[in-house]
Amino acid sequence: MKYAYYPGCSLECNAAAYDNSVHEVADLLGIKLQTLDDWNCCGATEYFSQDELTACAVIARNLALVEPQVNQLVAPCAACYLNLKKTDRLMSDHAELGAKVNECLAAGGLNYKPGRVTVRHMLDVIVDDIGETAVRDKVVRPLTGLKVAPYYGCQVVRPIADGDCTEYPMKMDHLLTWIGAEVVDYPVKAHCCGGHMTQISEPQAFELIRRLLQSAQDYQADMILCMCPMCQLNLDGYQGRVNGFFGSDFKLPIMYFTQMLGIAFGLEPKKLGFGKELVAALPVLKAKLNGQFALS
Amino acid sequence: MAEKIGIYVCHCGSNIAGTVDVEEVARWAGVNVKDVVISKDYKFMCSSLGQQMIEDDIKKEGLTGVVVGACSPHLHEKTFRATCSRAGLNPFLCQMTNLREHVSWVNSDKEAGTVKAKSLISAAAERVKHQAPLEPMRVKVNPATLVVGGGIAGLQATLELADAGYHVYLVEREPSIGGHMAQFDKTFPTLDCSACILTPKMSEVGQHENVTMLTYSELEEVSGSVGNFKVKIRKKARYVNYDKCTGCGICVEKCPRKVIDDVFEVGMGHRKAIYTPFPQAVPRVPVIDTANCTYFTKGKCQVCSKICPTAAIDYEQQDEIVELEVGNIIMATGWKLFDCKKIPQYGYGRLANVYTNMEFERLCNAAGPTNGKIVLRDGKTEPKSVAIIHCVGSRDVKTNPYCSSVCCMAALKLEHLILEKTKAEVYAFYIDMRTPMKEYEEFYQRLLEEGVHFVRGKVAEVTDAARMPDEQGKLIVQVEDTLVGKQRRIPVDMVVLMGAIEPQADAKEIGLKCGISCSMAGWYTERHPKLDPVATMTDGVFVAGVCQGPKDIPASVAQGAAAAARVQGMITKGEVLIEPIVASINEEGCSGCRICNTMCPYNAIEFDEEKNVSRVITALCKGCGTCVAACPAGVITGAHFNNEQIFAEIEGILWDAKPQTEKKELQTAK
Amino acid sequence: MAAHIAEKKGTFLEEVIEATPGGERLVHCLQCGSCGGSCPSGADMEYTPRTLFAMISGGDREAVLAANTMWACVSCYFCTSRCPQNIPITDIMYTLKRISIAERRYKNTDAPALAKTFTDFVDKYGRSYEAGLATGYHLLKRWKPIQLMKMGPMGVQMFTKGRMAILPTKIRQIDQLQAIIKKAKELSASEKK
Repeated sequence: MKYAYYPGCSLECNAAAYDNSVHEVADLLGIKLQTLDDWNCCGATEYFSQDELTACAVIARNLALVEPQVNQLVAPCAACYLNLKKTDRLMSDHAELGAKVNECLAAGGLNYKPGRVTVRHMLDVIVDDIGETAVRDKVVRPLTGLKVAPYYGCQVVRPIADGDCTEYPMKMDHLLTWIGAEVVDYPVKAHCCGGHMTQISEPQAFELIRRLLQSAQDYQADMILCMCPMCQLNLDGYQGRVNGFFGSDFKLPIMYFTQMLGIAFGLEPKKLGFGKELVAALPVLKAKLNGQFALS
Repeated sequence: MAEKIGIYVCHCGSNIAGTVDVEEVARWAGVNVKDVVISKDYKFMCSSLGQQMIEDDIKKEGLTGVVVGACSPHLHEKTFRATCSRAGLNPFLCQMTNLREHVSWVNSDKEAGTVKAKSLISAAAERVKHQAPLEPMRVKVNPATLVVGGGIAGLQATLELADAGYHVYLVEREPSIGGHMAQFDKTFPTLDCSACILTPKMSEVGQHENVTMLTYSELEEVSGSVGNFKVKIRKKARYVNYDKCTGCGICVEKCPRKVIDDVFEVGMGHRKAIYTPFPQAVPRVPVIDTANCTYFTKGKCQVCSKICPTAAIDYEQQDEIVELEVGNIIMATGWKLFDCKKIPQYGYGRLANVYTNMEFERLCNAAGPTNGKIVLRDGKTEPKSVAIIHCVGSRDVKTNPYCSSVCCMAALKLEHLILEKTKAEVYAFYIDMRTPMKEYEEFYQRLLEEGVHFVRGKVAEVTDAARMPDEQGKLIVQVEDTLVGKQRRIPVDMVVLMGAIEPQADAKEIGLKCGISCSMAGWYTERHPKLDPVATMTDGVFVAGVCQGPKDIPASVAQGAAAAARVQGMITKGEVLIEPIVASINEEGCSGCRICNTMCPYNAIEFDEEKNVSRVITALCKGCGTCVAACPAGVITGAHFNNEQIFAEIEGILWDAKPQTEKKELQTAK
Repeated sequence: MAAHIAEKKGTFLEEVIEATPGGERLVHCLQCGSCGGSCPSGADMEYTPRTLFAMISGGDREAVLAANTMWACVSCYFCTSRCPQNIPITDIMYTLKRISIAERRYKNTDAPALAKTFTDFVDKYGRSYEAGLATGYHLLKRWKPIQLMKMGPMGVQMFTKGRMAILPTKIRQIDQLQAIIKKAKELSASEKK
């Protein structure tokens, strides 16, 4: 099946590991991702707090760029995913706003018919479209013995849950059991990482990050797997500063779920972007996977 | 004979006159509708003065037909038909048209409303000219009554009728009567023991000479109509011979197979594979749960059969269909508890010490699985703190938008029981405290004195994710204390969810069997929400108890008694008048194809083999019109709904599609 | 419903409802507090969202627009998904941010500065620019060089791991995007008049 692919700004550099592993895993599973030509930033939450129409118009340009023969757009970043999905919904449900957005797009020679493109998250594509059997078939290095804490964050499961629970989503849990990992059922798997609050109010953001790390650690997770570059940045990039702030000693690797999927599929860690995380993951893998894992 | 039609347009105060120019409608009809000899508007046509006016006109003008443009025929058709009768005009020559629900209440444009009102009046006038005088049919009322549901409402209705000397068939789905009330520990606000006040009624019903109990049975089919219903009941196989069993209970005692009781004990306790749901069950005759019985699953055991002193065990028993004839039906089918797993943030099913209120009732009950001791799921630890969460699945558009109405009081009762039986701190989380009935507010005041910590706020989540040392190992209730405007986290040992009261899962399906409908939420619809709360739109079918809407025990009992009184009224009168709106077949044109025989949903058409024609059994015909439409020869006529009448009505409604001169009238109306 | 809201024409409640898709649900608020209870930033808010809604109904425009509630919002959508009345609470927070920024009513928050820096880069390049955002926001808009220094070691790590680009990327058809943005801003401005 063919999907248009919207990487989003983070995946260009900061979350290149996510982008690499998404492509590696997609290739192996036969998911054809065609990167949207000349896509632009979705504006994160920042346009919406200034001007709703501009926010929608900037996002809708990407929807309009999806080729006519493709009707699925995959976004791996939670903020991009929600922005694209939400804008499509807003244009459908509020015709007046939809018309105005199209008036803006027309200034750039574009047009978008609401509802034409279905916005999907990479996790949903793998779990719903590819499914258990095909995923299990590809596993050559099951993650037996590794305790992983699936971390969903907010914006993929709320406010629009694509066939999953808004409170205790399960899709990533299922996927990780398919590849042999032991899934930690900890209570905060869909709680907030603080989002852009790290830039505005560190004490507030750090407390939210601490709650997640603490809970995963209480449930003896070896690592946290996430599905959003902002979550990864906050939990991984800021982990050291959070330790400094609270005097704690968290040392939890924070990886993308696609990276571990790649490992289970026998792909090279380097190709999957291993080593870009600040809290190193490979030593944990080596320790937990009983020697069946050769460090490269 | 020349037709003389009278038109009467009601203002209904400002209900109609506010959005319809009623004076103009009356004036217009007097001028433009053919054969109209008199056309009037009046403030309240249903008032005695309004009715008198119509009566006088009929007599003075010799009217041959009357059209009343007012509210819904549901409300006043009887009124105006009686008016006509009094003046000597056959009531079926009176036609009502609905200018309120169909025009003024659904429209805010006065011009458009006026035009539509004219159309409806015109349609009714054209129709009434083709209507024929009809005489209602008289039918005897069978004095036996069917009560569906053996909870407190159904029991009350049963006893009222049986004590009055009439026979009652009481159908109950579970193996015993008693309903939810049998599961409760105490009742609010008096705190008397639920079983103590319920079981005497249960045994009275069980022993009453005028009651036939059909427990472990389901309503299968209803046919006929008021006065003469035919009902089929499925008696599910108990695998115990009802007549031989003495209820000694030795089979239950000796049965080696123990299973979790998901119904009566709501998963909190056990029962045997052969069981009566609780010690005071009525009848005492047990049933075998074939899904768990060792003999039925593995072909071995038969302990019950071997030990039974009266040889009452019958593994070969089959479901049995019982056919009954009754004059009236009382539906008292009750309710079910909301599935608290649908609100995952409260942790039910995931966090061990989160309970539903029904589970907690069993925990408090001296006859329950812990003998009334309030302990955590480990079976021994007494909680030091308990949180009770109100409105779980109520007042929430994502689950049930309505207020379940009794949970506040039920929660207060449970809070009192916790304080009485343990040393725990009790926290109650509510949105609005609703205690409107007799001595309910006083009970709330009592609980305030007893020291419950009331927090006004809908709980956001119940979690085991501790943030602080004092939260470790606890359930943390996170809430906004809305009276302070601050978020609070309260660590407790146990959480009780006050689940919503919901309609039975099959309420709609069962309702359809006897021709009654449900509200959006799934409660049976009463004939009138204020003035006729126990009758339904189907004559002879009444509702009682929670199946009509959430209510407490006193209200259920009152409604059960009220339904019984209505039925007694019917029985005492002895006969009912039935509208003569039935089909008839012109036998000369009938080809004997028998299509109508199979189409009739009420089996009201018989076939005369000798003459090779079909014939309608008038007593069974409901006047639905299916056969009229189906007859390929077009020889079936529906009284009061014949082709002439319908086409005339259509002609009338399309008055403005007619010549230009009349169109001008339309213009001036605007 | 329409008539019900029409009566409130010209009130602050009406203003908020008008500016929020789905905002008409706001009149159904039960004041239950499931929003304030759910909020991960609840402890940092002067007024919980629920309190804010009561203030909006009461027409307390000044106090609402000066509140820190919407600036503490992290867009986690827990309030929205749990609200028993289906009120789009997070979206109402965005509406309040917009009005507050447009009228410069906000106090003690750098969120508007961050938003402006971020969208300025998108307006210019069509992509966000993390290195530029960090320096631009902390130095130019916020003037908190100490903050930038505190972040130094992490920044260095990110650079060495190849996770922070020195230069921004620019989309090919930036003219097209800018034309769209220009039109959107014009339409929005004409609407506000």
